[in-house]
Amino acid sequence: MTTLASVFDKARAEKRAALVGYLPAGFPSKDGGVAAATAMVEAGCDVIEIGLPYSDPLMDGPTIQDAVHRSLLNGTRIADVMRTVEGVAATGAATLVMTYWNPIDRYGVERFARELAAAGGAGTITPDLTPEESGPWREASAAAGIDTVFLVAPSSTEERIRAVAECCTGFVYAASLMGVTGARETVSSAAESLVKRTRAHTDLPVCVGLGVGTGAQAAEVAGYADGVIVGSAFIRRILDAPDEAAGLLAVRELGAEMARGVRA
Amino acid sequence: MTATDGFVLTAADLAGNGVHGDDPDLYGKFGIFGGRYVPEALIPALDEVAAEYAKAKVDVAFLREFDHLLRTYAGRPTTLTEVPRFAEQAGGARIVLKREDLTHTGAHKINNVLGQALLTKRLGKTRVIAETGAGQHGVATATAAALLGLECVIYMGAVDCERQALNVARMKLLGATVVPVHNGSQTLKDAINEAFRDWVTNVDRTHYLFGTVAGPHPFPEIVRDFARIIGVEARRQMLELTGRLPDAVAAAVGGGSNAIGIFHAFIGDEAVQLHGYEAAGHGISSGRHAATLTEGSVGVLHGSRTYVLQDEEGQTIDSHSISAGLDYPGVGPEHAWLKDTGRGTYHAITDAEAMDAFALLARTEGIIPAIESSHALAGALKLGRELGPEATILVNLSGRGDKDMGTAMKYFNL
Repeated sequence: MTTLASVFDKARAEKRAALVGYLPAGFPSKDGGVAAATAMVEAGCDVIEIGLPYSDPLMDGPTIQDAVHRSLLNGTRIADVMRTVEGVAATGAATLVMTYWNPIDRYGVERFARELAAAGGAGTITPDLTPEESGPWREASAAAGIDTVFLVAPSSTEERIRAVAECCTGFVYAASLMGVTGARETVSSAAESLVKRTRAHTDLPVCVGLGVGTGAQAAEVAGYADGVIVGSAFIRRILDAPDEAAGLLAVRELGAEMARGVRA
Repeated sequence: MTATDGFVLTAADLAGNGVHGDDPDLYGKFGIFGGRYVPEALIPALDEVAAEYAKAKVDVAFLREFDHLLRTYAGRPTTLTEVPRFAEQAGGARIVLKREDLTHTGAHKINNVLGQALLTKRLGKTRVIAETGAGQHGVATATAAALLGLECVIYMGAVDCERQALNVARMKLLGATVVPVHNGSQTLKDAINEAFRDWVTNVDRTHYLFGTVAGPHPFPEIVRDFARIIGVEARRQMLELTGRLPDAVAAAVGGGSNAIGIFHAFIGDEAVQLHGYEAAGHGISSGRHAATLTEGSVGVLHGSRTYVLQDEEGQTIDSHSISAGLDYPGVGPEHAWLKDTGRGTYHAITDAEAMDAFALLARTEGIIPAIESSHALAGALKLGRELGPEATILVNLSGRGDKDMGTAMKYFNL
């Protein structure tokens, strides 16, 4: 398993930001998802977040909602998520699962952590699990040897940033704006100041997500963050493609553009 | 204010009766239920609402303003009505209705909405958003927004917009923007998702005027406290009317606000049974129901740990009920806690049982109830037969049935 720590060490040595790509499992199809994530890695993604499709994605914008809905219609289950992780981890990218809390809660915290580690997963991002409620999950993750990433937001107080950062291992996810996932025309100016504020409380890498959709935006964020997270823009390419093969090509092009961005 | 003004709200009326650990703990928990499972971006807003509410609920000026609106605008106190002809079908037990259907806008929702609209003003916010199922909470929110000059956006599942078209028109007339939600099952749960997405985007000027006792802390506490007036009045009125407390209190449970509203003042009265009636839809065995407490399992939905209709991997199962207001796969955490502690008992009533009670109350008493409330009425008929002719049952008639005439016309071929 490639760890998050090794990814950020490597990126730092190369004097660049890490590139993190997101894709829900089972989208555009069960095998197509592994192929698309593999294309993202080959194009230059250092870390892949595999989304666990959930029926009530309340912090996601229309693009990810659409992809997740299709994945659920494809019959994606947790076993498929684990198989996707296994396939993607085999490429050598550090592979995370991004999920709302209830699927892990219901599946069983220890069971989920154990199976994710066994599949070669490096950790999880849990956007709706607050520090107050995170104790059992952090314990199970530590026991399984996987990282726990949580989010800070522009609205977070210093106290909250400290509390969230203390729960994180691997990196801290800084949400660039107040809103749902989805590419935007410009990256919110709140992002840079949030990264600065977060660094005051932790030595962990800080990655910025929400609203990054172009190579130029990736370059801008790479100027102040340790990692750039891109989700909806990859999904958009797949949704807009006439078939899976064309989607792969489009994902590869965007990945390359983003990879140049984080190296600019 | 003088005693002859009638009802005067006090801080104690709002704050709970201090028994049975009835306020959530520091983390917003009722036992293991409740809490906050939301994106970090919303935590400061929830903290802000909680802090402002903590000040408001002990502020005499706030309480007076709320009380004034309840009396002069919402039409409180609402009366009790004994329904002997209806009760003949309940084995002769005495049945008394708390007439929330007589409030302005026609349902108990107005109580919570007026309280939270005043809270919105205190928060210095100019815009309210809300989710709605049957449309009653949406209408009430649009009403309060019109009254207090707030911008108002209502999220409503596209399926619900269709089955409650009259309420959509009412909200529009009241100046609200109604946004049909086409995601997922296109009902209440999806409207809540969409409202949360709006809130996280516009939180600096917007209050999410949550409509039920579910959701992240502090909503279950705030909505309960503002709905609590139903039981506070009813308890007093029952003592006046019958000289004693009822043997049982019955209420319909979707998210659970009208039920908590009437239950809460009785929680300390251990001899008074508390019965909640969920929607069994086409029947529990059909799988097409909304009986969350009866059939669900413990999980997290819409920011709160509670009972949820979910599969073994935590995916929400779509609920079904003929009543849009009960068509919800979650339930307020305080009900989950009342169930697990045994203080509350929860049952499920089918669409057919509810519609029978709906028609029976109309024919025997000249009152057309909301289909939501009809679940409690059907429950009271069963309960009366169990408890016997000496028993007195208080039923929360949470709303009136005008909005349901379309459904009734179809159901009864009227």
